[in-house]
Amino acid sequence: MSSSHDTHASHAAAPTHEKKHLALTLHVWRQRAATSEGKFVTYKLDDVSPDMSFLEMLDVLNERLIANGEEPIAFDHDCREGICGACSLTINGQPHGFERETTTCQIHMRRFEDGQTIYIEPFRANAFPVVKDLVVDRGAFDRIIAAGGFITARAGSAPDANALPIAGDVAESAMDAAACIGCGACVASCKNASAMLFVSAKVSHLALLPQGQAERSRRVLAMVEQMDKEGFGNCTNESECEAACPKGISVANIARLNREYLRALACGD
Amino acid sequence: MSSPTTVEASSKLASKCPSGPLAERWSKHRFELKLVNPANRRKFHVLVVGTGLAGASAASSLAELGYSVSAFCIQDSPRRAHSIAAQGGINAAKNYQNDGDSVHRLFYDTIKGGDFRARESNVHRLAEVSVNIIDQCVALGVPFAREYGGLLANRSFGGAQVSRTFYARGQTGQQLLLGAYSGLMRQVGEGQVKLYPRHEMLDLVVIDGVARGIVCRDLTTGEIKSYAGDAVLLCTGGYGNVFYLSTNAKACNVTAAWRAHKRGALFANACYTQIHPTCIPVSGSHQSKLTLMSESLRNDGRVWVPKAKGDTRSPEQIPEDERDYYLERKYPSFGNLSPRDISSRAAKQVCDEGRGVGASKMSVFLDFRAAIERDGVDEIRSRYGNLFQMYERITGEDPYRVPMRIYPAVHYTMGGLWVDYNLESTVPGLFVLGEANFSDHGANRLGASALMQGLADGYFVIPYTIAAHLAGRKLGKISTSHDEFKRVEQGVRERIERLKNAKGKRSPDSFHRELGLLMWDKCGMARNADGLREALVKIRELRDAYWQDVKIPGDAAELNNVLEHAGRVADFFELAELMCMDALHRNESCGGHFREEYQTPDGEAKRDDANFCYAGAWEYAPESPSGKVGWSMHKEPLVFENVKLAERSYK
Repeated sequence: MSSSHDTHASHAAAPTHEKKHLALTLHVWRQRAATSEGKFVTYKLDDVSPDMSFLEMLDVLNERLIANGEEPIAFDHDCREGICGACSLTINGQPHGFERETTTCQIHMRRFEDGQTIYIEPFRANAFPVVKDLVVDRGAFDRIIAAGGFITARAGSAPDANALPIAGDVAESAMDAAACIGCGACVASCKNASAMLFVSAKVSHLALLPQGQAERSRRVLAMVEQMDKEGFGNCTNESECEAACPKGISVANIARLNREYLRALACGD
Repeated sequence: MSSPTTVEASSKLASKCPSGPLAERWSKHRFELKLVNPANRRKFHVLVVGTGLAGASAASSLAELGYSVSAFCIQDSPRRAHSIAAQGGINAAKNYQNDGDSVHRLFYDTIKGGDFRARESNVHRLAEVSVNIIDQCVALGVPFAREYGGLLANRSFGGAQVSRTFYARGQTGQQLLLGAYSGLMRQVGEGQVKLYPRHEMLDLVVIDGVARGIVCRDLTTGEIKSYAGDAVLLCTGGYGNVFYLSTNAKACNVTAAWRAHKRGALFANACYTQIHPTCIPVSGSHQSKLTLMSESLRNDGRVWVPKAKGDTRSPEQIPEDERDYYLERKYPSFGNLSPRDISSRAAKQVCDEGRGVGASKMSVFLDFRAAIERDGVDEIRSRYGNLFQMYERITGEDPYRVPMRIYPAVHYTMGGLWVDYNLESTVPGLFVLGEANFSDHGANRLGASALMQGLADGYFVIPYTIAAHLAGRKLGKISTSHDEFKRVEQGVRERIERLKNAKGKRSPDSFHRELGLLMWDKCGMARNADGLREALVKIRELRDAYWQDVKIPGDAAELNNVLEHAGRVADFFELAELMCMDALHRNESCGGHFREEYQTPDGEAKRDDANFCYAGAWEYAPESPSGKVGWSMHKEPLVFENVKLAERSYK
C-alpha cells in the first residue's frame, strides 16, 4: 500500500510533455526605500516554463538573485488565486498586465512570446507611496473604509436573516460591486490617480442593500471626504479603471457614487 | 455511554465543559461566566493577532463591548487575511429549506464528520451559534445568494444531506471577511481598535504565568517592538504550509502559534491535516502553491478514472462502460459528495493503482458533461463560471469541453493549540480562535465549517468567555518596560541575528520545499510507522543543516521578505517533527490521519476508540535529560454522552 514514491511524483510532478521554454528580458523597478531614488534594472531569463505563473517566474529570478548574493526583488503577493488583492505590479505599462479581469498572480507565462521584453513597475500614485521595489503602501484604502465603508451592526443585535427579503437581482447587483478586492489597479491605471472606482464600489454595494439605508448619506460624504484627504485625484471619465479592474467592477458605480453624493448633499438623511 | 477509553486525563487539560443536557450547556455556561462592568471594560487592553474571520470578528466585537483593542496582521491590510480565499460557503442550522436540518443534526454531522475526535460540548455550541452568524453577516451587508423572491438561497455541500450552506457566488470567504473587516475598520475609525498592519508577532510574553504581551517585528522597518495587554488572542490560522505546497496563501505560517507553544501552550492533534480532494494538479518544479477548485463543483461534476491501468486515451475516447466513477461506486449514498478525507484517499488509491490521468498520471477527472447535457451550458456557467475560468487560466484547458483534472492538496489543519471550552490555552490569558486552535473539527473538518467556526469564535464565544479571565484573575498593571519584555525582545533579536549570520549557500525557500516534499511523502495522505520514523531522522538533519547553511541577503532593518520567510521556515521544521511524532504515536486511522497499518479490509480508516479516543496535547519540554524527546504528551479523554461512537460509513 505504501506509495511514497507515487505521491512524491505528484508533488514534484516531472512534466512529461515538453513545452518550449521562453527567453525573456525583464526591466524591473528597484527602489531601496520610499525616500530613495529608483531605477530599472535589467534581468535576463532563458528558461521560463510556459506553465509558470508570472509570480513564479519572479520567484525563480529571486532564487537566482539569492544564489548570487544579490537582494531579491520585493513584491506583494499572498493568496496567488486572484482574491486577496495583495499582488499589484504594472506590467508593460498596464496594472495587472494586459489580460482582462485578471490579477498579476493569475497571469501565466504561456501568454508571453519567446524573446519578449517585459517592464515591471509598482502601482504608481502619490497616495500609494513605494515601500520598496514593487511594494507600495495602500493604507489609504483602509482609511477610506474606516471613515464610512460599513454598516453599523453590533454583534448580537441582528434580526433573523430572512426577516428582510432582498430581491435576487438587487443582491446580485450588490454582489457585483462587493466583488472589489481592493488591489488599487483602478488608481494605478488612472491618469488622475483617482480612487473613484474603489470608493464607488463600496458605496454602491451598501447603498443598494436595505440594511445600508440608515447610514447612506453619512457614509458617502465621509468616504469621499477621506478619499480627497488622501490625495487621490478626480474622475474625468476615461474608464481606464474599469478596463484595469481584475474583477470587472463597472464605471456605472461611479455614476451611482456621484448621484449618492449629490443626494446626500441635497437631502442629508 | 461516556468515554470508551481507559485513558487517564491529564490534570493540565481541564476542558471546563459544562455538564447537564447538551442543548443547555452553553446558556448555562454563559450565565455562570463572570461579567466585566461596562465602565471597566475600557481599562482592559486586548491584543488580537491575525485579522481573518476569527481575528476581525473578535477584535470588532470586543471593541463594540468597550474593550481597548490592538489588532496585528502580517498583510498590508487586514482585508487580505487568508479567510478571503474560501470559496464554497458557510454552514448554519437555519433549516430555511425545511429539509430536516436542526442544530442537533449539524452538531451530529460535525461530530461524525470529525470521526468522533472532537468535544461534544464545543461542537454543539458551534451548531447553536451558527444561526446567529448568518443573521450577523446579513446585517453587515454580506450579499449572500438569494432566490428570486428575496429569501436566502442554500446549497448542499461536501458531506451533507441537507442544504444548509449559505454562499456568495464562489467568493463566500471574501464576502464574509469583508463584512468582518468593515466592522473592524469601523472600530478603527472610532479609535477603539488600534491597527498594526505589516506587523509579525515573533514571541509571546508571559509574566507570572499569565500571557501579558507580544513582541513583534515591524515588517516595513524591521523594528522589534513590544506590546503589553491584559489578554492575547491568537487568530493566526493553520499550519498547512509546513507541506510547502498547499492551498494556503504564501504567508500563512505557524510562527505565532509556535512561539506560544514554546512558551507553554500545549499543541494538540498536530497530525490531523485535511487534504482537499479537488485541487488543480501540480504542473512543474516551479510550483509555488496549489489552487483549490471549490468542492461545490462536486454537486454537478462526476469524478472518474479509466477502469484500465495505463489508459492513455483522451477522455472523450473512453466509452462510458470503461470508466470507473469510483466515488459513486464505493459510496452510493454520498457518491461524488463524500467527505473530503474519504474522497482524497479514494483519488490517491486509484492513482496508486496506475489509473490516474494527465501527464503526471497523478490526477483524476472531474467531468461536467452529464450536468451540461442535463442543465445546459448557461446554467453550469451561472453556477461555476468563475471557477471554470480560473481553471482555464491556470491549466490552459477548457473545462466546458474537456473534463477538469484534479488531485488532492493540503488545505486545512484541524490540529492546533489546545484550548478549553472558553477558548483559553494552557497559558492563562492566551486565547486561541479559528483554525489556530484544535477544538471543533476533530480529525476531519466538513466543508463550509471553517468559516462558521472562525466567526463563531470571534462574534459569539470570545466576547463572553474572555470575561472569565479579565474579571476572574487579578491582573496587575504591566508595561513594556518590564524586564520580561526586554528579555523576550532580546531573544527575538538574537534569533534574527543567528539566521542572518549563518551566511550559508541555500535560500529558505529551497529548504522549505525540501521539508514540504518530505512531509507530503511521509506524513501526508497516508502515513506508516517506518516512514514517520525515517522522516523524524531526516527532519532533524535538515533542520540542523538549515541553521548552518541558510542564506539571507539584505538588511534586517528594512522590508526583507526572505528574512520573514526564514523565521517561519525555522518554526516549520520544529512543527514538522511534532507532527510526525503525533502521527507515529496515534496507532489508529481517523479522519485526516490515515495510518496504513490501521485500515479495514476494504481500505477504510480503522479507529481504535478503546485506546485513542482522546485529544493528544503535547507540551514542549526543551530540558529533557535524554536530549532526544522534546515533548511530553497530555491526554484529554473525549466523552460521548449524546452520540454513539460508530464506524463512519458513507456507503
